[in-house]
Amino acid sequence: MKSVGPILAVLAAIVALWYAGSVWMNSQWTLDQTARNNQTVTFSQIVQDTMDQKRPVLPAPHQVAEGLWQGVFGQAVTSKRSLVYHAWVTLSATLLGFAIGTGLGVLLAVGIVHNRAMDMSVMPWAIASQTIPILAIAPMIIVVMASIGITGLLPKAVISAYLSFFPVVVGMVKGFRSPDAMQLDLLGTYSASRAQTFWKLRFPASMPYFFTSLKIAAAAALVGAIVGELPTGAVAGLGARLLSGSYYGQTVMIWSALFMAAIVAAILVGVIGAVQAVTLKRMGMRQ
Amino acid sequence: MKDLSQTETVIEAKGLDLTFQTADGPVQALRQVDLTVEKGEFVSFIGPSGCGKTTFLRAIAALETPTGGTLSVNGMTPDAARRARAYGYVFQASGLYPWRTIAGNVRLPLEIMGFPRAEQARRVEQVLQLVDLEGFGKKFPWQLSGGMQQRASIARALAFDADILLMDEPFGALDEIVRDRLNEELLKLWARTGKTIGFVTHSIPEAVYLSTKIVVMSPRPGRITDVIDSPLPRERPLDIRDSREFIEVAHRVREGLRAGHSYEV
Repeated sequence: MKSVGPILAVLAAIVALWYAGSVWMNSQWTLDQTARNNQTVTFSQIVQDTMDQKRPVLPAPHQVAEGLWQGVFGQAVTSKRSLVYHAWVTLSATLLGFAIGTGLGVLLAVGIVHNRAMDMSVMPWAIASQTIPILAIAPMIIVVMASIGITGLLPKAVISAYLSFFPVVVGMVKGFRSPDAMQLDLLGTYSASRAQTFWKLRFPASMPYFFTSLKIAAAAALVGAIVGELPTGAVAGLGARLLSGSYYGQTVMIWSALFMAAIVAAILVGVIGAVQAVTLKRMGMRQ
Repeated sequence: MKDLSQTETVIEAKGLDLTFQTADGPVQALRQVDLTVEKGEFVSFIGPSGCGKTTFLRAIAALETPTGGTLSVNGMTPDAARRARAYGYVFQASGLYPWRTIAGNVRLPLEIMGFPRAEQARRVEQVLQLVDLEGFGKKFPWQLSGGMQQRASIARALAFDADILLMDEPFGALDEIVRDRLNEELLKLWARTGKTIGFVTHSIPEAVYLSTKIVVMSPRPGRITDVIDSPLPRERPLDIRDSREFIEVAHRVREGLRAGHSYEV
């Protein structure tokens, strides 16, 4: 546990910077207020005021922590004010989109590795798809799907999938191609079929790449689900919390939702990391 | 001991040409190669890099396609011989799958060739015994030394009981002490199984120690400059390397290698 010290030091530095930023950015409001009332304030009064404003420009860390705590533990999980409820709404779309994106990504990678036409044609399209800003395409997906009667979970999941298939394609193409010429020659001397080459060699060899891709894809899927909640004026989900927070100037609400999203992403990546460790260990592959 | 009077041709090359088309133009890897290998022989291919020794071995294994001449393996084309499981191939690196145990790696060709399960298990056990790796079946490759890994890859090549064993510098990456031991074991294995072995090497002592026939090759274009039938007995203790005959054969190999180079310098 030698690494605990440095980690805590970095964390403390971030929190200290954050507090300094809060004082600096929120002090303008304090000064404006007191100037309007023809009062003068000391520095310590300014600091005290910036720590506890109702609508701070940058909420202090303890305000966000308080908001997060209230949102997670201060409500019934079914309440519309519960962050757990909103996180679940977003997470369900994320997981569905992640599953679709991963499946699609793996299938495309298999096609790219085995079919020359796909090798030449799919990758440029995949790259082009990611250069389009998701904020531009998300409302169209929602509107188009709504017009054919599909609303709710699926449109958000589609946006998640749109973002998450890409790292899977790139990683799995690399993974399926990771066996070297010698290993392919060896299977050649056994007259192995392409299917055998895939299942015996390419697929197991791609596993380390698979899990690395999944971690990136999971984070991207979460972003996709949140973005999918923004243009519809959704009433539930972390995206909806962000949106209503910005409507009403509730910065603490925005930051709490942001941290909740970060926590969800960390849990997702952590779970994938655990599955990775167990799988690779059972496969006898040292990390 | 085998009865050598009754010979049977296993590999036969006549006027074999092989030209690679590269970005810099055609490269003649093999030119007019004639060679006959009889059943049960241990043939070494020796020469500097670029002499085509590996290319020739790969052509026998149908991993390269000759551009001229004829090449037959067990009286068939190399491709047909491959489908008939005529040979096992051992590469310079063991190429063991890190996600399979040693037994799992040896089982790989058997799975691909569709052997029944009970037969697979029986053969795996048998060949692991043959290369002195009994009891290591459940280990993963990284738990074994480099020499043991290479023995496992030899076991894998032997698992489906091909008559011919093609080895491309199998001990090239190992240190000399391990190499000596593996050479000794390889000779024992050869004596026990009666396989025909084609063996590519850089090392003169290795070639002389192991072979009944030494094929000396030279580069640009790759061709055979000398074929030496070894006068050494089949039974070879390590100290045979200090004998007169051994030193004479080694000398002739060295001369052959030098002759192949002479006109370039």
